[in-house]
This record gives sequence, C-alpha cells and structure tokens, in this order.
Amino acid sequence: MLDDFFTRAVLAGIGVALIAGPFGCFIVWRRMSYFGDTLAHSALLGVVLGLVLELNLMLAVFLICALASLMLVALRNVRVLPTDAVLGMLSHSTLALGLVALGMMTWLRVDLNALLFGDILSVSKADLVLIYGLGAILVTLLIFLWTPLLASTVSADIARAEGLPDRLADVFFMLMVAAVVAVSMRLVGVLLVTALLIIPAITVRPFCRTPQAMAAAAALAGVLSVVLGLWGSLSTDSPSGPSIVVAAFILFLASLFTTSVLNRMNRGNSQ
Amino acid sequence: MVTLSNAGLQQRGKWLVRGVSLTVGRGELVTLVGPNGSGKSSTAKMMLGINQPSEGSVVSAPGIRKGYVPQKIHIDWTVPLTVLGLMRLTGRVDKATCHGALERTGGLHLLKKPVQELSGGEFQRVMIARALLTRPDLLVLDEPTQGVDLTGELELYEMIAQLKDELNCGVLLISHDLHMVMAATDRVICLNGHICCEGTPQAVAESDVYHQLIGPKAAAAFAFYNHRHDHEHLPDGTVRQADGSITQNCHPENEPHAHAHNGSDKHAG
Repeated sequence: MLDDFFTRAVLAGIGVALIAGPFGCFIVWRRMSYFGDTLAHSALLGVVLGLVLELNLMLAVFLICALASLMLVALRNVRVLPTDAVLGMLSHSTLALGLVALGMMTWLRVDLNALLFGDILSVSKADLVLIYGLGAILVTLLIFLWTPLLASTVSADIARAEGLPDRLADVFFMLMVAAVVAVSMRLVGVLLVTALLIIPAITVRPFCRTPQAMAAAAALAGVLSVVLGLWGSLSTDSPSGPSIVVAAFILFLASLFTTSVLNRMNRGNSQ
Repeated sequence: MVTLSNAGLQQRGKWLVRGVSLTVGRGELVTLVGPNGSGKSSTAKMMLGINQPSEGSVVSAPGIRKGYVPQKIHIDWTVPLTVLGLMRLTGRVDKATCHGALERTGGLHLLKKPVQELSGGEFQRVMIARALLTRPDLLVLDEPTQGVDLTGELELYEMIAQLKDELNCGVLLISHDLHMVMAATDRVICLNGHICCEGTPQAVAESDVYHQLIGPKAAAAFAFYNHRHDHEHLPDGTVRQADGSITQNCHPENEPHAHAHNGSDKHAG
C-alpha cells in the first residue's frame, strides 16, 4: 500500500496536519502568526545550508529555523524596534536572502517551486517515518509543557507568580515551532506553512469551549483539509500544496457562515 | 512575612521604582497609592517574586503561599477558556476547592461561562477566587476594582477586608483611590518612583506630601501625571472635582455636556 505515491502523500499530509493543529492553536493564541511566517521564510536559508554542507535537508532547515527563533526571542526582549516591524523586515529579508543564495549556486539544480509551494507527491517511506517519529516527539513535548505554555499565554505574570517556568516553556515552544516548520515544509512549502498552522485553528475556534478541545479539533480540521485538498488536486490536476491550503480556506469560510447563521438564530430565539 | 529592603527595579536602563522598604505582616492590610507609573505594580511584582529586585532585597518567610490578582488582564477571544479553565490555569485543582473559592467570592454561578462573557466585576471576583485556591498567607491585589462600578467597588473592598480576617493573611492592595480603602487599611504607602510618605491612612491623607502629589488643590498642577486623584467620591454617588464643583461622574470632560475648558475652569485655577 505504501508503494503508491498518493497513499504516501495522504499519510504524510495527515501526519503533518495532526502536528500542525495543536501548535497552530498556540500560535494563534499567542498572536505569533507573523513570527511563524518569519521562521518559515528563513527555512529557505536552511535549504541552502543543507545543500552546501550536504546535510539532511529537514535537519538543516530545523537548525536554521531554531537559530532564527532564538534570535527573535532575544530581539523581542530588547525592543529597539516595534516587533511587527522587525518580523516584517526579517520575514522578507530571509526569503530574499535564501532566493539569492539559491540562485548563486548555479551548479545545483533546485526545484524552487517545490521549496516554495511544497512537493508532497514526492514523499518517500523514510520521510513518512521521520514525520511520524518527530511528530510523536513534538506532540508529547507539547502535552508535557501544556500548563506553563497555556498559563503564560493567558498571563505571564500569573504564570511566573505561581512558579511555572514560563520563560523555559517559551524558548522550548519557539524551538518546537521551528521543528514543526521543518517537518511541514515538504508538504506545503515555505510560503504556505503558516496557513496550515493558522487556518484550521481559527476555523474550529467558534465551536470549542476549552483549549484542549480546540487543539484536537484543529488537528482534525487540518486532516480534513489535507484529504480534501489532495483529492481535489488529484481530480483537477491542481498543485497539491496550494490545493490543501485552498481546502482549509473553504472549511474556514464554511465555519464563518455556520457561526453567523447560528448567531442569527440565537438572536432570533432570545427576542 | 514578606519584606522588601531598599528594593529597586530597573528595566531597560530605567528605574521603575527605587528605595522601597516595606513589610506586610499576618493580618495586616497595606495599601499602595500613587499616580500611574509610580512603581506600584513593580513593587508588588518584587513582593511576589515575579521580578527580582535590581538592588536591595526581598525576603519571604519560609513556606509562605502567595495569592495574586494582577491588574486587569485581557484574555484574547481566540483562547477558548471557561471560568473553570481559568481557575485551573496553573495546575489541576479539584472541583470542590474551585467551587468553594468561587462560592466565597460570589462567582459560583459563572463556573461554566466563557471568560470573555464576564462583566468587569464578575471577572475580578473570579480572579480573587483563583488567588484563594492555595489558601494564601499573602494576598496581593493590583487595582482589583478596575472596570467595576462604584457599588461593586465598595462590595469588593469589603470582601477583601473580610477575606483578610477569615484567612488570617496579609494583604498588599494597590488602589487608585485612597478614600475608598481608608477604613480597612492599616498602613498606606504613597509611591512616586520612591516612597513619598507612609503611615496610617489618616496621617497620609492629611500629609502635605500626599497633597502635593495627589491632593485636591495641587491636582491641576500635577495633571501631567495623568492620574485620577483629582476628585472625591461622595456618599450619594456624585463626585467632587478638584475645583470644588459637584459632577455626576469622575471625568466630566469626557461627557458631551462638559463644562471643563471654559470660563468656570479659569477662575477656579
């Protein structure tokens, strides 16, 4: 069964969606979507590094993203410039740097399209093992750090006053997001990674009453987006990465529509 | 139980507060007053151990449990959190303890409500209940009546004074209005980047230093502090402004029928 490229693509997509859901929730709650973008764009530099040093690409991407996220944490604490300006600058500068560096390496034939928008159909069995193995580690770590992370998301003062290691959780979270980017890049590419993290989370928000429920629901919404997107890609021959994001966006619109109808009905009932 | 000695806090090269020495003992209610940016919250954070003092020291008696109600926090809509979830935010607490604490502060009926739907007063009651979960020896409340109406404010202050006696704990209260908390307070410390004056509420309310900083006559001259001590709440719900006029609320200039910035202002000053 795993010999079929399409089955492998679906399995890889499901794995990535299951990881991206809970992490995406924290990124939305902590208002870090621009941060995610910056990390994803710097992933391109990781690819360059991997190609030059002949490292495993996923590992190289993780290393560069981890470095970038630690630098961002440090920058955030200095506050010389407004955070959104710093992120906006770094996000596009790293992307441009990556593209320039790739262009200079004329001796390498790089499929830029695959890097930017993903190449899920070329997923190998080894990739699958990596996605599910790393995914299990990341989700376990997230469960372990859940309480300090959630508490510092709601109020850093409360977390610190009640003795939770909020700064440690913060740094770990940044590193974990770097790993999530490295794992997801293959699927949807550096330009669309953030979409896969954020759209499922905001899609399910109106239907959830607890953070745990939202994390689980976001994972499921992500899985649904992957399945619908790949099916659409297969039947219309559209590019797979963007198709997944379009499917996620359609689910989001459906959620928006449902909530507004429900709200109107509630208002009608109460009058 | 907790003592600050000559403590100061510096952030990004700026002193938020310096030279603070203060002790809160068991069964004691100490109130911090002072204009915005005078270092009240920084002092509280040093007491709680959220920030270590950059100079001086903080000493807590061993085994002291601290409860904290921070300045009104905003919980983003994207975070789905019920009151029960907020109660359990920093650790698993059994339901009975949550119920008991919420019942004490009059918030039990809110248990399953999303926190974003609470009114200002309801939210503060939940936050105080949270702080009670550990049966604290020291309770620190940072402007616990922000966003609460006048009646609710009186009720909350009364409840805090009762809780102090029930738990036999020390209370450090940050307030923007000395007159509201005078009756229950043992000691008042007036801050403005350092300790301006301290003593019994009566002594501080009558002292020259306090009047210069926050008192009614000097209010106009100190308006650049942007604090709100330029008026007094009268028992019938009206407000006496710095110039002696009686108005319906604290800041008549925000109202459409404002009479500030016109002739009446000039002859008052």
